[in-house]
Formats: sequence, structure tokens, C-alpha cells
Amino acid sequence: MATATSKRDQGAVAGGTNAGQERRLFWLRFGALAFLLAAACALPFYLSNYQLFEFSQAFIYAIALLGLNILIGYNGQISLGHGAFYALGGYTTAIMTTRWGIHYGWTIAASGLLSLAAGFLFGLPALRFEGLYLALATLALALATPQVLKYFDTWTGGSQGIVLDKPPVPLDLPLNQDQYLYYLSLAILVLALIMAWNLLRGRVGRAMMAIRDNPVAAETMGVHNALYKSLTFGVSALYTGIAGSLGVLAVTFAAPDTFNVFLSIDLLAGSVVGGVVSISGAIFGALFIVFVPVYAQQISQAAPWAILGVFLIALMYLMPNGCASLLHRLWGALEKKIAGASAIPADLTPFEDGAAEEDQRSARAASGD
Amino acid sequence: MQTFVAQVISGLSTGGIYASIALALVLIYQSTGLVNFAQGEMAMFTTYMAWSMLNAGWGYWPAFVGACLFAFALGFGLERLVIRPLETAPELALVIVTIGLLTIFNSVAGWIYTYTIKPFPSPFPAAPIKVGFMVLNPQDLGVVGVTLLMLALIYLFFHSTRLGLAMRAVVENPVSSRLVGIRVSWMLALGWGMAAVVGAVAGLMVAPLVFLEPNMMGGVLIYAFASATLGGFSSAGGAVVGGFVMGILENLTGTYITLVGTKLKLTVALAVIVLVLLIKPTGLFGRAAVRRV
Repeated sequence: MATATSKRDQGAVAGGTNAGQERRLFWLRFGALAFLLAAACALPFYLSNYQLFEFSQAFIYAIALLGLNILIGYNGQISLGHGAFYALGGYTTAIMTTRWGIHYGWTIAASGLLSLAAGFLFGLPALRFEGLYLALATLALALATPQVLKYFDTWTGGSQGIVLDKPPVPLDLPLNQDQYLYYLSLAILVLALIMAWNLLRGRVGRAMMAIRDNPVAAETMGVHNALYKSLTFGVSALYTGIAGSLGVLAVTFAAPDTFNVFLSIDLLAGSVVGGVVSISGAIFGALFIVFVPVYAQQISQAAPWAILGVFLIALMYLMPNGCASLLHRLWGALEKKIAGASAIPADLTPFEDGAAEEDQRSARAASGD
Repeated sequence: MQTFVAQVISGLSTGGIYASIALALVLIYQSTGLVNFAQGEMAMFTTYMAWSMLNAGWGYWPAFVGACLFAFALGFGLERLVIRPLETAPELALVIVTIGLLTIFNSVAGWIYTYTIKPFPSPFPAAPIKVGFMVLNPQDLGVVGVTLLMLALIYLFFHSTRLGLAMRAVVENPVSSRLVGIRVSWMLALGWGMAAVVGAVAGLMVAPLVFLEPNMMGGVLIYAFASATLGGFSSAGGAVVGGFVMGILENLTGTYITLVGTKLKLTVALAVIVLVLLIKPTGLFGRAAVRRV
């Protein structure tokens, strides 16, 4: 709570410096974003179809990671089982398009809504699971997912899975299917980013962070903890479900064993590498989990996971807030140089209140837990 | 009736394995307040070590002891080198570190030993034993026997040695323990080492049943989670009871509930975890955590 307000205070102080600086800062940020978006839009004309597919995959993962960041980073609930929601979204799309012949566009929305409902429902009992218990229950969910998918084989096609078609290019656009998929993923990612940014900077986002920082204080201030935590779980699942839906459309295949526990761990790793308490971190994390294995695979079949594990552990030592925090700092320095102000507030993360956590732990130990 | 008894006995045998991993989880949870998600993979990796020793021409029991020593060194070393520097880090960081260890062990095992399944010898005779109307599998009896022996040893260690007393003191109250001269952090490392040994024994016992492969502990781990949750993470005895209950439950639901069969085994464990956390979050034998806010 304290950190959340301090961020706003710093923003206000920086805003009060002078109008010219403010304007330069705005154009700098706007320019950077516009440049990135333009670069992303231009990419299909410079890359091969396979490389484009990889980038589409990264955008799709970024949507899922965004959901995970909202849950872990901004609400403090650990999930090791988001692969289950990814699978739910993926299978919803696979079943609706192949069995019922529904247009894939509708199935993306349906996947999202179904995941929202499922996430909310899973979030209800999860309210009673604190910290580690939630990690444990969600990991169990991830481990059980392939088996459940195989069990309902009349719907899911069992271990063989479901093969579906690539989304056709609409309106006679001069694009091939990979390019179209790339733009579709990019568009949905941009929408997801804007929505996440809007959600987190407002009242709801503040309530989420208040619950993360101090649930008792949040409750005292009138935040309905139970409702917000379940809703956050639902929203997080919504993002991941949409990503799952797009993911299945991209690879045109859904099989139970592709949604195993390592998918969930992959998502967690992406979230952590990118930075759990950031919106932009989702993109860095997604690029990491898509492209690092491509290169690591050249060493050995097993190497990507070993490298992922080493990264996870090393990050906890060196940079617990992920790539985003590093870039945040670099960008801050750049802004200072160009606009002459340090308007970027220190980033806040659940990893930074180590001292408070330690107090809690020793209090727990002292009370005989 | 006969199938029922047979299922219960074979359930006790797998239950012994779940109980061991659950016990390993609880040993670490009690002393450091964290769940070691890599427990199953550490056990798997140690079992591969035993396989290497067997392949090098060692006998079964020397390899067994060798694997246990390796496990102890592994657990002890991990605590000192990886976990200890993050002692004051928040829960989430430690969860992520143990998940990192999980993926590292899994892939390094796959890297070194490949993902093809390998048969692993059992120290117990294969010929079934007839007791009255019952036909017993020596493998089952052996696993139950080894588990109970290990539990007895651990109980004796904690309750009748000075070192065990010191470790219990650290769990009860780290601050006061330090004041009376116990080296708290070494005790925690010792706890990790012991947990790894307990896990290793479980790995050696389960390998002949499920065959040796890098992913062999996935199913065991989820059942061990369920066992520890059912018994209560704050109770070592509870985790063991939970393990045996889960082993029997797995077999009985598989045999008598056709909806479950063998296809939804893991979901049963998930359901147990969720139900226990909903109805009695401290587990059957656990104590409620009292916390000052």
C-alpha cells in the first residue's frame, strides 16, 4: 500500500517540475512506443514465414504472461498451473471450430470467457490457500491437466488430439496465412496490453496491489479481498485462455501432452524472466521462452530446460525483478539525459519487501508455527 | 473381498512411497517453512546415480547406500549453496528457485541418461508368498517394510540423539536455539540432507514399479503433495499416515469407482488437495498457524 502511494506521489512531484520537460517526456515515450509498434508492423515484410510464426508465438505467450503477471506480480497469488487455462482456451477453440464449425473469431472470445469463469471458480477455493498452498494446488492442477484432457476423449479426441485449420485470411488482404496470424496476434496483444494497463492503474489495480502488500490493511480500507482475489484469478485466466486459443490456432493442433506441467513452468519462467511486476515484462519474457530454447536446442534436446532452470535461479539472485527492471532503469537514465528529469519512479515488486517478509516469517516461527 | 484386501495391501506399498516423499517435504517445510518442489526430481536423479553404480558392477545394497550418501550430499549442498543465500528472500523467490531446480534435475537426467525408460532391479524376490487365502507380493511387503524401518530410524534420530534434539529445537524456536549455542543454519542444511535421503529411498523403491525415466516422479509428487496436505504440513507423523491413506485411496477409487478407473488417478490427488484445503486447511494432524499481523 505504502509503495503504491509513493509511486503516485513521485509521479505527481515529477509532473510539477515544468511543462516543457513534461511535454518532451511525453513525446519521448510516445515516440518510443510508436517506433516499436511500427517496427512490429514492418517485421512481416523482412522475415521468413517460420520466423514470423515464432514471433506470433511470442506475442501469444506474451498475452498469457500478462495474465500471469497480473496475478503473481500485482496480486501476489502464485500460480504454477496456468497451463491448465491455456489448455482450456486452446481446446475450446479446437472443439468449437472443428466439431461445431464456428468461426474462429467467436471461439477466441468464447475461450476467454470460459477461462474467466473457470479461473474465477478456481479462485474461490484458492482464497483459502495462502502462498505455498496455492503454489501446491496449482502445480497439482498442472500435473493433472493432460490426464483430464485424455479422459474426456469424446470431446478432446484423446491422446491423438485435434487437428484444425489455420485461420483463413479475411477480406482478400494481400497477406499469407502466417502474416495474417502474426498481425492477428499482434493486434490482440496490443489490445491486451492496453486493457492491462488500464486495469492496473485504476481503482481495481490499486486494490489488487493493496491486497498483495497487506491483505489485512486492504480489508480494513474497505477492499473486498475475497472478491478481488477471485476476480484477479479470473482475469488472469481470461488472458491465458485467449492466449491458449490463439496458440492452438497458430500451431493448428491441440493434444493433451502439449499442455503438460512444463507448459505451466514455461509460463512461470517467462513471467519471472520478464519481470512479474511489469506489463512490458510479459513481452520480454515471451521472447525469452520462445527464442532461447530455439538456440539451446542446438546444444542438446534437454538443454533448454536446464538453461531455463539456471536462469530462474540466477535471476532470483541477481535481478529478482526480471529484465523489465533493468530496462526500466536504463530507460530512466535515458529520459534523464534527454528530458532532464527522472520521472520514472522506482519499480515496486513483491521481491523488494524482503525485510517485511522476514519479519512475518520470524513472527510465525516465534508463535510456534 | 480378496480383491479388496489385495488392493489395500498394494495400496499400502505405493502409500509407503508417497509417505516417504511427503515426509521429505514436511521435514523441509517444518524447518524452513518452504515446500521443496524439486523433491521428486532430486529423488529421481539419485535413483539414476544408483543405476550408474549398479551398472558399474556394484551390488544392490552397496549402490543403495551409495545413492543415499549421494542424496545426503546433494540435499546438504543445495541448502548451503542455493537456498541459504536466499534465506531472507520472499516465499515466491524460493518457490521459483525450487521450480528451477526441478527443471534442472529433470533435464540434466534426460541429458545424461536419455529419456528412454530403463528397468530398475528390485531387491525383493518376485515369487508371491501365500499366507492363508491371501497371495502377497514380496515387493509390496518389502516397500512397506523399508518405509516403516526408515520411519522408525527417523523417529529414533529425532527423539533419542542430541543432534535430533537440536534439530527439533530449531524447528520450535530458531532464535532461542541460536542463543543456547545450536548452529541453526547447519541444522537446516542437515534437514535438507535427511529429506533428500528419505526421498532417495522412495525413488529407489518406486523405480522398479514405474521404470526409471526422468519424468517418473510426476505422479508420485502430486500424491505426495496430497499426502502431506491431508496429514498436515506441520506434522511428520500426519504426512506418513496421509501417504498410506492416499496409497489405499488411489487403489480403491481406481478399482471400485469406474468413473475414475486408472485414467483419473492424478485428478483424485488434486481433488483431495483442494478438498482438504477447503475443509481443514491444516490437515488431519496439523496445527493451525497463529500469526501476528
